[in-house]
Amino acid sequence: MGGSLNANHLMFLGYGALWTIGLSLIGLIGGGIAGFIIALCRISPNRIVRLLSAGYVQLIQGTPLLVIMFLTYFGLPTLGVTVSPLTAAGASLTIYVGAYLGEIWRGSIESVPKPQWEAAEGLGLSRAQRMIKVILPQAMRIATPPTVGFMVQIIKNTSLASVVGFVELARSGQIINNSLFEPFLIYTIIAVIYFALCYPISRISRRLEMRSGPARLSLGTA
Amino acid sequence: MNLNLDFAAIIERWPAFLDGALLTLQLAFIATVLGTVIGVLGAIGRRSSHPLVSRICGIYVEAIRNTPLLVQIFLVYFGLASLGLKFSAFAVAAAALTINVGAYTTEIIRAGFDSIPRGQIEAAEGLALSKAQIYWHVVMWPAIEKVYPSLTSQFVLLMLASSVTSQISAEELTAVANYVQSDTYRAFETYILVAIVYIVLSLIMRAGFWLLGLVVFPRRRRLGTPL
Repeated sequence: MGGSLNANHLMFLGYGALWTIGLSLIGLIGGGIAGFIIALCRISPNRIVRLLSAGYVQLIQGTPLLVIMFLTYFGLPTLGVTVSPLTAAGASLTIYVGAYLGEIWRGSIESVPKPQWEAAEGLGLSRAQRMIKVILPQAMRIATPPTVGFMVQIIKNTSLASVVGFVELARSGQIINNSLFEPFLIYTIIAVIYFALCYPISRISRRLEMRSGPARLSLGTA
Repeated sequence: MNLNLDFAAIIERWPAFLDGALLTLQLAFIATVLGTVIGVLGAIGRRSSHPLVSRICGIYVEAIRNTPLLVQIFLVYFGLASLGLKFSAFAVAAAALTINVGAYTTEIIRAGFDSIPRGQIEAAEGLALSKAQIYWHVVMWPAIEKVYPSLTSQFVLLMLASSVTSQISAEELTAVANYVQSDTYRAFETYILVAIVYIVLSLIMRAGFWLLGLVVFPRRRRLGTPL
């Protein structure tokens, strides 16, 4: 308690917002790599690889991100592995985002018409060549709108990193609130900043969806 | 890395976990029921010919969908407190989750409404059905039937997201886990167990929605379309 909201507090919030963006990028890149591998495993000709990757997706999609965060941040140290809040948050987001992006991208790859595979096979391309030269370029166009839409989920989900003490936007708001005790004002500002980050991406995603035909329902809370 | 896991010390606390899981299901149930009501009303509002009504519904949906649940929960929690209203953490959690899922449900059901062919509504008008009758018989039930799988996924995600209400100390599953792990120092085992419980809860919810779908949409069963 003491003082009122001043420029220093806003600077601190701005710094937190930068970390929110940074953490989102970590989640997007890490989860993108994981998701790409998952998507390829899900359509692998090998049955065991398919089953394992499907199991991974089911497990992660049935668990809240918050519990994954707690598991990496509080759970790993009890096994003797110490992790920083940034590592824990980055790893949790990678694990979580990987499962969702993997499913989105698997759907995109599978919605490339079957004759495309057959034609590529008929041209004597190997499986890797078919994938890289024929299927993936088409799948990418299908995957773009839902992937951009999912980026909004990633940004919102980084707010959960605050529970492991990582100072991003939500956490910096909590810290300021602890000294000023004006929760309603501060959380309104935080909400507005999140909105400013997410809304443009939502708009872009919607425009891409309209351009590319039937809209996919985007799911997600948090 | 010294792996010596002791699940026995955690499983000993099963009554606490059971209570937490039941509270999680209660939160999910309340938010699902109220969220569906808000979703239907919101979707009707968004399609309203009255610009103010559709504008307000649109702002509600966009504001909720573009901000994190955590921040929404804090806003409801402290917002009610600053109005001088005191509610239990459970009530605040249920309210925040309802407001949150209502926006997503609005968007899903609106997509369902939009997918009803124009000719169906014109035919109903031709049969001199009132506006309310058209919405109820011709638009709403077929629309909900169409988006039922999306709604199911959304409500399962809501149940998982209810873990965030542990931050305002609603005593649901994650809050129980936090308490148990600080008591036993067995964080890894606790959260693994809780993750398994969440997976089981989501399977229970999916099964529940599947059964509900069989009862509510008999046409779907007759036509053999998968849920």
